[in-house]
Amino acid sequence: MKYMLMMHAPAGTGDYQISDWTPEDFKAHMDFMHRFNKELTTAGEWVDGQGLTPPGQAKLVRAGRNGAPVTDGPFAEAKEFLAGYWIVEVDRPERAYELAAKASAAPGPGGAPLNMPIEVRQVMSAPPTVEA
Amino acid sequence: MTTPVPGVGHLLRELAPQVLGAVARRHGDFAAAEDAVQEALIAAAERWPVDGVPANPRGWLYHVALRRITDHLRSEMARRRREDAVAGELWAEWAFVPPPDAELDAERDDTLTLLFMCCHPSLTPPSAIALTLRAVGGLTTAEIASAFFVPEATMAQRISRAKQSIKASGVPFSMPRDAERAALLGAVLHVLYLIFNEGYASSAGPALHRPDLSNEAIRLTRAIHALLPNDSEVAGLLALMLLTDARRAARTGPSGELIPLDEQDRALWDRGLIAEGVALVSAALRGGAVGPYQLQAAVAAVHDEAPRAADTDWAQILALYSVLERMSDNPMVTLNRAVAAAMVHGPAAGLEMLATLDEDARVAGHHRLDAVRAHLYEMAGDDERALAHYRAAAERTASAPERDYLVQKAARLAARRGVGA
Repeated sequence: MKYMLMMHAPAGTGDYQISDWTPEDFKAHMDFMHRFNKELTTAGEWVDGQGLTPPGQAKLVRAGRNGAPVTDGPFAEAKEFLAGYWIVEVDRPERAYELAAKASAAPGPGGAPLNMPIEVRQVMSAPPTVEA
Repeated sequence: MTTPVPGVGHLLRELAPQVLGAVARRHGDFAAAEDAVQEALIAAAERWPVDGVPANPRGWLYHVALRRITDHLRSEMARRRREDAVAGELWAEWAFVPPPDAELDAERDDTLTLLFMCCHPSLTPPSAIALTLRAVGGLTTAEIASAFFVPEATMAQRISRAKQSIKASGVPFSMPRDAERAALLGAVLHVLYLIFNEGYASSAGPALHRPDLSNEAIRLTRAIHALLPNDSEVAGLLALMLLTDARRAARTGPSGELIPLDEQDRALWDRGLIAEGVALVSAALRGGAVGPYQLQAAVAAVHDEAPRAADTDWAQILALYSVLERMSDNPMVTLNRAVAAAMVHGPAAGLEMLATLDEDARVAGHHRLDAVRAHLYEMAGDDERALAHYRAAAERTASAPERDYLVQKAARLAARRGVGA
């Protein structure tokens, strides 16, 4: 079963709270993420994972007249934003929660765990076998 | 001497377990043998279409695989020599490669031994499935990765970890004792059943360049059936796969939408597969000990033999599910029995049976319980309850086509009742 882990990062004074950190704290955070990604690959659980550009560039798009894009935003008021995601393949939901908890505890300023909220959602699959 | 022959991939998959068995038996280290055979298969897939298939393809693969092991050992020895200047005799043993015929003779047991190893209960199902497809099925890592929609590196790691688990568990590469064999065969059949399900389930998805897992599971099950023709559960599993696969063309619509059994165009069912499956399960039921796969195959046969949905012999299906329920403690069987009971005795009988499942943690809150309830309430004319359960089932399923089907059912009921969202 595949799950998407969506990492919601706290917004800072700018888009990235992370840009206010010391270089050491930033490096510790990035090292943690590299290690985490590597562990997922080694465990045979990695499917995909991407970081997203900050919400300062984000646009909400709707179809306007003749289907032309009408953009709105960015919106500055959100306290948290989607900073990135993983898709993992695991054999039980509890394993997805474990991985999410691990990502949530990524180190922040002074090495303290950020405890970021990670939204865990199962990815829809093809149909299960129709019983005999 | 070589002859150009089409279908190299098919030949390689046939030969893979025979060659691996011989190399593993000779070398002792299953993990190293498996890597070496995989390299030999990849080399053959590149060379044979160009050079032609060698006169003795098994011997060719065997030699190339042993050569790979020798090369790996040699470089390992060179490394050790540099480290401690003590030269072992290890590689000398491998410098002489004997003719393979004697080694390859024991192929009958080898395929079984391999299956017992790859489907060992110490492995998780995903690991066992991946390893079985590579070691016994002869598929490449890239093909298996594409079948499961994961990156190749992920699948490579999954296979490598499976082999580490086997190594750590100390399972030797040898035929298990008789006492263990029944339990291990059960694990093998379960893994093949899961592979079949995976293929059957994802057949609606984007299928370009994906190996067909259902066909692969059928091929491997045929191979075990050929080795153990008197095992009635092996025959039962093969029959179940054939009788289910026979409906493949009819079970999805043009956009991949699910078509339930009673709405399928039965002219699209594969009569050849049905005849083969019916013959297999009939012989199995007459012959040996009755088991769950034979019973499920028998249910599939009853469906497949009905010219129209209305002709289905539900009383016989109900009887079969009753036997199956006594045999295996599985709430999903009770769900199926409730449907059969509703068809024979009316929806109230089915609903009454479902009430017992609300206490069962394995199925309470499962979308299938809601889906069956919805179906039975609809049969009973209780549209309001049916609608509520169709909606609950649609929200709970993790399968997109099944969700679409359930949403559609709910929408039709809502439109008929004139009640909105």
